Amino acid sequence: MKLTNVAGLLLATGLLSQSYPVNAEVEYSGVFTVEQRFFLQDAAFPEQARAQTSLTVTPEVFYDWNDGYDRITFKPFMRVDQYDDERTHADIRELMWLHAADSYEFKAGIGKVFWGQTESLHLVDVINQTDAVERVDGEEKLGQPMVSASYLMESGAISVFVMPYFRERTFAGEEGRLRPLVPINNDNAVYESEDEQQNIDFAIRWQQTLGDWEVGLSYFDGTNREPLLLVDGAIETNDLLLRPYYQQMQQVGADLLWVNGAMLYKLEAIHRKTDLQSFYAAVGGFEYTTVGVFDSVYDIGWLMEYQYDERDNSFFAPAQNDLMVGLRWVWNDPDGTQVLFGYVQDLDDTNTYSGFVEASSRMTDNWKFTINGYFFSADSPTDPYYVVRRDDHLEINVEFFF
Amino acid sequence: MLERKLVFGSLLVGLSVSLLWPAAVNADEAEGLRIATERKSRNSGWEDTVASTTMVLRDARGKESERELRVYTLERADEGDKSLTVFESPADVKGAAFLSFSNTLTPDDQWMYLPKVKRVKRIATQNKSGPFMSSEFAYEDMTSFELEKFKFDYTGDDEFDDQEVFVVEQTPVDKYSGYSKQIAYIDQEHYRLLKMDFFDKKGDLLKTLILDDYELYLDAYWRPHTSEMFNEQTGKSTAMYINDIEFKTGLKDSDLDKDSLKRAR
Repeated sequence: MKLTNVAGLLLATGLLSQSYPVNAEVEYSGVFTVEQRFFLQDAAFPEQARAQTSLTVTPEVFYDWNDGYDRITFKPFMRVDQYDDERTHADIRELMWLHAADSYEFKAGIGKVFWGQTESLHLVDVINQTDAVERVDGEEKLGQPMVSASYLMESGAISVFVMPYFRERTFAGEEGRLRPLVPINNDNAVYESEDEQQNIDFAIRWQQTLGDWEVGLSYFDGTNREPLLLVDGAIETNDLLLRPYYQQMQQVGADLLWVNGAMLYKLEAIHRKTDLQSFYAAVGGFEYTTVGVFDSVYDIGWLMEYQYDERDNSFFAPAQNDLMVGLRWVWNDPDGTQVLFGYVQDLDDTNTYSGFVEASSRMTDNWKFTINGYFFSADSPTDPYYVVRRDDHLEINVEFFF
Repeated sequence: MLERKLVFGSLLVGLSVSLLWPAAVNADEAEGLRIATERKSRNSGWEDTVASTTMVLRDARGKESERELRVYTLERADEGDKSLTVFESPADVKGAAFLSFSNTLTPDDQWMYLPKVKRVKRIATQNKSGPFMSSEFAYEDMTSFELEKFKFDYTGDDEFDDQEVFVVEQTPVDKYSGYSKQIAYIDQEHYRLLKMDFFDKKGDLLKTLILDDYELYLDAYWRPHTSEMFNEQTGKSTAMYINDIEFKTGLKDSDLDKDSLKRAR
């Protein structure tokens, strides 16, 4: 989003809040984060550093009226990074008006929507663009401009989305780690749609609980959030350019969860069609949780998910025939300490695997820390992790909530 | 502090007396069920409540940590109640919410909403013996009292906190409950639960719940403004204080479902 748009939106919310009664209740909150990344190996490229510090701030303003049936949430976000100009960025995570009634919900503005059930991959979840410079796991998303309406019935919730503006994926810059040979250049993005970022995307979703089952079906028609990479020039002639190519796509998705005792079975499956590709992909598995292991207060959750994709391995889709195993260790202490270990093995190539650790705990009511570690292994240049093979890193975040 | 000591004092008296009872009184299942049914029926017709609650966790050394909760509860006639708990503090979990449909015959249905990722997650309810928000209350202690969930056994009369009480042993029907049995102390005048002993699967005393500061609402419904759960094995405890409670606020089914979970405040 361009800075002028941001300023316009800020102005608009300022005007909105002034036009309501002075005694109206506005809630302010937010989080401030200091992040330190340590890379375990020397960088693959000379511009990159071994350690990287950055700061983020995410304030939130919330206002409701009409007994809470109408509300506006404004949540801007900004990160300032020591080295990476592309990682230094701002976004409006949320600027949403929501009107709720007994049988319907209406939303207009910028926001985030989550679809799906699995943990290791989110195939069905295609509304928001990934804010890829934020986290390697792709869980951080950019705010998506949208108008949406949900109709809530006995037979489930049906939601329709109209999205008038496309958000480009963020990519690490010249001095950033976790990037290919040259940075992916967003200024030279190519679109299949002649409306480019103004292409109007549509989506529809049905979600329902049926006893022990959670069932979701979705359809999306619009700009694929996941680009292809176009290569111009060559490294030898020093004019190599990687350009993201955003195609149009039609995707049908299904997600399923079944609770059976202490076991949760999860499945997501999609069929995606673009001009160049038409393929199925799926991810499915289980999560089994034991509470109070060995007479302690700890919970241990076991996760296993199998990932399948008809496409060939690529930078954006490494999960062709892969297995994820994970362990969630919840301390049940007042500080809310938990640790998640994960390991993903490519079943076609024993040398391709990745691992991660995510740990977090509160220090006080307002201070929290997280320690994350991400590790990649690849030994052939055709490997999807090859570009990040020297980017194993630890990430320490200290968060202050206000 | 003085109050705490008094509660402890009466707790000790209650315990020592209850230990004498099993030998002296014959079990009476019909009477147990009658008392439980009366307790349930005296607390019906309240429709819905909205409560703001403070939960205080204390570790064995007395170190405290506090959290604020907002609890919406909707009474359902033939099934268990629905409840929606919204976390207001600590700050990092603000906006997280827990939705629970207590069922009489099938396992409860539960969902958790994580505001940061805007995700509603279904929870495996078989793990009902796990702690609720790191407290000494288990998930199964947080759901509504339903007759179908227990077998009852009246074991005698006693006195607790200067009140005449019925002592009823209740055995959970669900094999996944974390308890082998519970002993309920119910006052004979209003059929309110004053104290409950929880026994673990090995049959040892695990926790004691003391309910205090009862207040009468709408001339019919008693609510304890203090509920304190003491873990007798670890020395930890959790107190729940109701700061404010409103009845018959007009909550509807649609205010306590997966869609409203996402916008809970």
